[in-house]
Amino acid sequence: MATRLEIQKTYKIYIGGQFPRTESGRFYPLKNKKGDIMANICQSSRKDFRNAVVAARGAFGGWSGRAGFNRSQILYRIAEMLEGRKEQFISELILQGLTEKAANDEVSLSVDRLVYYAGWCDKYQAVFSSVNPVASSHFNFSVPEPTGVVAIIAPEESSLLGLVTAIAPVIAGGNSCIVLASESKPLCAVTFAEVLNSSDLPGGVVNILTGSSEELHSHFSSHMDVNALTYYRTNKNEIKTIKENASLNVKRIFIYDKVVLASDKAQSPYLIFDNQEIKTTWHPIENIGSAKAGY
Amino acid sequence: MSKKQENKIGLDFKTDWAYAPAPEDTKHITLQKQYDLFIDGKFVKPNSKKYFDTINPATEQKIAEVAEADEKDVDKAVKAARKAFEKWSKISAKERGKYIYRIARLMQERAREFAVIETMNGGKCIRESRDIDVPLAANHFFYNAGWADKLEYAFPNRNPQPLGVAGQIIPWNFPLLMAAWKIAPALAAGNTVVLKPAETTSLTALKLAELFRDSGLPDGVVNIITGAGKTGAAMVNHPDINKIAFTGSTDVGKMIQKSIAGTDKKLTLELGGKAANIIFEDAPIDQAVEGVINGIFFNQGHVCCAGSRLFIQESVADIVIRKLKDRMESLIVGDPMDKNTDIGAINSKEQLLKIQEYIKIGKNEGADFYQSSCAIPSKGYYCRPTLFLNASQSHRIVQEEIFGPVLTIQTFRTIEEVIEKANNIAYGLSAGIWTDKGSKIFNISSKMRAGVVWANTYNKFDPASPFGGYKESGFGREGGLHGLMPYLKF
Repeated sequence: MATRLEIQKTYKIYIGGQFPRTESGRFYPLKNKKGDIMANICQSSRKDFRNAVVAARGAFGGWSGRAGFNRSQILYRIAEMLEGRKEQFISELILQGLTEKAANDEVSLSVDRLVYYAGWCDKYQAVFSSVNPVASSHFNFSVPEPTGVVAIIAPEESSLLGLVTAIAPVIAGGNSCIVLASESKPLCAVTFAEVLNSSDLPGGVVNILTGSSEELHSHFSSHMDVNALTYYRTNKNEIKTIKENASLNVKRIFIYDKVVLASDKAQSPYLIFDNQEIKTTWHPIENIGSAKAGY
Repeated sequence: MSKKQENKIGLDFKTDWAYAPAPEDTKHITLQKQYDLFIDGKFVKPNSKKYFDTINPATEQKIAEVAEADEKDVDKAVKAARKAFEKWSKISAKERGKYIYRIARLMQERAREFAVIETMNGGKCIRESRDIDVPLAANHFFYNAGWADKLEYAFPNRNPQPLGVAGQIIPWNFPLLMAAWKIAPALAAGNTVVLKPAETTSLTALKLAELFRDSGLPDGVVNIITGAGKTGAAMVNHPDINKIAFTGSTDVGKMIQKSIAGTDKKLTLELGGKAANIIFEDAPIDQAVEGVINGIFFNQGHVCCAGSRLFIQESVADIVIRKLKDRMESLIVGDPMDKNTDIGAINSKEQLLKIQEYIKIGKNEGADFYQSSCAIPSKGYYCRPTLFLNASQSHRIVQEEIFGPVLTIQTFRTIEEVIEKANNIAYGLSAGIWTDKGSKIFNISSKMRAGVVWANTYNKFDPASPFGGYKESGFGREGGLHGLMPYLKF
């Protein structure tokens, strides 16, 4: 008798809480060091991206309207789910070339980073808000609000930690996003989508595509319903094109080309702040004739 | 049988009594016939050898000639700012603050002169330049001065450092105020500045340059160069500028964002707007009408955050519109130098033509046109306060920024409807809400995709209050603690 034939996983993309194949039908083979094909990965298209933007825009209102406390619990739930599937991520990371120790460290750090941002969900507002002492008789205060739909081109060198580092501050701040995963190390991205899908995170808040930045960066940056873009790679030509295209609808662009993912500096409330807008509200204070603090 | 009750009483403004002229005295100001560029602490002739006329839009008369800076002049100014940066960023923060305090005081002392020149050159009524523009400009210096030696408390554990040379390009609607609210935080943060005022309104910036010179501010810390779009482009493209701060139209803002794409220059954009001003049926109607008037007719409507789209809940639309028309009828349009004037001159002929073009577009689109019946002077650029009733969301006059005294009016029934309509636009600078219900204010204000929300008030500004937009109205904040961030690196 032959030994049991293993069931291989089909790696698909993640849009609006569903796992479709790319509408383009294209794929690229992912090979291990020996040259064996490990998986066929979706080569996402412009149309996939546009569908993902529609999903992200649809999810934005609900997600940004959640209480910070609720977002905090959901990010913590993502960490829990990731912790529970640690072994699967470690084996995928090893398949993609890491040593067992490095793989273990990367998953642990990813879980901890999610917990870190889970804690910030209901706290950064207090750090970045202000009550402004205007000279007229008005009550005036400023608070951060999420920018909207954020496109993310995640780090190329990391399969899981880069993805988590890029996504967590964006959704902790109430934005929705479309992420392009590492092209050469895409396995964990798709598996991470399964984690998200079982974490009470509403569909559409995070959408994950696999494919090539060379092909997609101009579409990510020119889409008129994307409010901001964060870029974690170092290609100077892509950076220039992204910044140029951003002017079409005054997108906010953040280039994180010097981030050391394993460092504590790769996580910060200021990374949440980057994808926030400051809103200032005024209201008159009644001035009653001769009323003074008389007691 | 019951006839619909009409307003028979009405308000009759056709009486004989009129305000006597109350012109502001203009004899106390000093103006030269010709202004050079202010570079490295001195007024110097432009390399271009060219000068252009600056006029009074209320009379169409020439006031003075102003130098046109070319690329070499821009380079000279940037070099002066770079040289000055070495020292300015190293003097103690406390001393830096004291220079800025001194500027604030000098401006307060010369407030009346600044106000008169602002009105002469820009057309805004003296009541506004005297009571709003100039005091606020001085306050921006006074407020930011105090930040100079306290930045580490604003951004704890972040070691805030200045960026270097800031290139600042400002518009013609609040010439002195914009200069102040850009220069003051830049200096407090330890940067040096090259500033270009708009070509139609250079004079108060040049008077400000005189004030810097007299204040003992080290040479080159602030350089003021004049010119039009070409001069601005030379600044934007100069390789040794670290930061561009621009206030102006969304179109130009986009061009700037695009042209610095290949560089590491930092950018703040404060661009156009098309604010929704929303009146609910439970609003204090008289105050709301006053707020709408202030929202759209303040500074002739040349305000990026003007409340140019009025949304009235259907049940109170008739009474609001009637009161609005009555109030419009009492607005005095005319000589900006007269202390009784409510609406002064349109800033330039070009802008007047643009407003007139939009009025034509609005009529063609089918909205109902209404203007007050006031007389306007035969000479100079003027536009009567204008309404478009029954405008629809798709009209160009609803979607595009007119930057003049033109208000579009739409009605709504439900909260959901008005939120959708208010946000369904590319801009997101400001919004207004009128209701007596606090919970409704917080609901609507949190749903407006706009950087400044005025509830039961409108068009209020303060140096302690951050200002700036969402979406295509730009990014970065000016004013308050948040306004320091764009001038610092961490």
